[in-house]
Amino acid sequence: MSAPATAVPGAGAAAPGTGISISRVGYEYRPPRGRPVLALENISLDIKDREFVALLGPSGCGKSTLLYLIGGFMPLQQGSISVNGRIVTAPGPDRGIVFQSFALFPWKTVIQNILYGLEKRGLPREECRRRAQHYIDLVHLRGFEDSYPSQLSGGMKQRVAIARTLATEPGTLLMDEPFGALDSQTRTIMQDELLSIWRRSPMTVIFVTHDVREAVLLADRVAVMTARPGRIKALVDTRFSGAADSAEVVRSREYADAVDHLWTLVREEAVAAGAGGRP
Amino acid sequence: MTAALMLWRALPVLILAALWETAARTGLVSEHALPALSSIFAALGGLSAGDLYYHTARSVGRGLIAIVAAIPFGVAAGILIAWYLPVRVLLNPLLQCLYPMPKVALIPLTIIWLGIGDVSKITLIFVGALVPIVMAAFNGARGVDRTLLWTARSLGASEVRLLWEVVLPAALPEILNGIRTAIALAFILIVAGELVIANDGIGHMINMWGEAGHYPGMFAGVIVISAVGFAADRAWVALSAWLTAWRQ
Repeated sequence: MSAPATAVPGAGAAAPGTGISISRVGYEYRPPRGRPVLALENISLDIKDREFVALLGPSGCGKSTLLYLIGGFMPLQQGSISVNGRIVTAPGPDRGIVFQSFALFPWKTVIQNILYGLEKRGLPREECRRRAQHYIDLVHLRGFEDSYPSQLSGGMKQRVAIARTLATEPGTLLMDEPFGALDSQTRTIMQDELLSIWRRSPMTVIFVTHDVREAVLLADRVAVMTARPGRIKALVDTRFSGAADSAEVVRSREYADAVDHLWTLVREEAVAAGAGGRP
Repeated sequence: MTAALMLWRALPVLILAALWETAARTGLVSEHALPALSSIFAALGGLSAGDLYYHTARSVGRGLIAIVAAIPFGVAAGILIAWYLPVRVLLNPLLQCLYPMPKVALIPLTIIWLGIGDVSKITLIFVGALVPIVMAAFNGARGVDRTLLWTARSLGASEVRLLWEVVLPAALPEILNGIRTAIALAFILIVAGELVIANDGIGHMINMWGEAGHYPGMFAGVIVISAVGFAADRAWVALSAWLTAWRQ
């Protein structure tokens, strides 16, 4: 549809062929009845390989839309997106996704859910089983292999969804408010586990959230988006040197400052969205 | 506790049966209009077991063949109509016409085209059963959560595989409900078709006894086909629950 993205020079520019390059992306929702809604406008963003980037913004700012476009789930209307040098045209196993609603196959057990993606890769049956078990253990679900999703709590469902996505070893992990439906204790535990998994595996993570603290805690960099139409308002570095433990991070001065700074940026947009964002 | 509950649930039926029996016995209603329950069951016992099995088997056989044929066609059509716009454009008008049409109105037509034998009856039941199955598969397929589809795609599923591996199982609860409706409809069409003209089947039996003025026999036929219908529905509900046990 369009030419490969030329890397935009700047602090966050990725080396050619690696990372994710988003160039001048626009997107308009065209409902069958009613006026089209401009969701994204001229978004450019470069994400380095193995970087953890949060997309932060008020509800309805198009951050999930941007994630879906990177996933290739919706056709790109304007601009281009490339992942590790390949132009995105369709979904693919190089980009795993985790949704807020878990999106587990309810008719499959835990292990069948995790095996689904593995079997698509054409691995031998034994290898599929071994890997599935490895990821079940990784997310602490040993003993629940044969449970159906309807028998699990929200936190456990999300662990299954994460294990299912990780099991196929995607280079990029797309997360759409993955902990938004969980209670706050479970959410804290899951955030820690996600960080520890990410540190051990070579993955780029794009994490959509409207929770400022979550974004600061998890991400190397936070892209703040404006109210509709979504644009990148600011890119804020949130990598804290030294602190490995998140309990330590949240007590640090740097963390408090970053949360304050981002909160101010987001609040302006939330107010704008509340004031004039409604059609 | 459960025995008491079962008795409680059976109570309306028992009261109705008692009222029926008394009304017929006391001569409150004529024996022709409403034979006593006891004489109906006596007639049921008096029918040759061989005849009864034969006619019941004929009726059920017609319904079964039609339903079994309608399921794959109906499910495939419903999913394809939901999934592919050209198919929807092509088949939707046909479906819209067929949906509100009383299928019994087609009986004379099927007789003219296909005769009075099995083919005309099975065709009628097939058409009648097809519609609720197509509708259910269509609604089920349209209602599949897009995050499930996207997840499957990102895990490497091709579009054809997606229909088989995600859309079909996700639509299954709705499809099973549609088939339940189709089964109920099939019983209506079995009897209606056989009442109009047939050489055998429960509907034919009911007709014969009625014309001969043997009302207990006629009612016996009604009771048999009702019992078979009830059993078929219960069996289908049980099978559906087993097939969707993952829903808890």
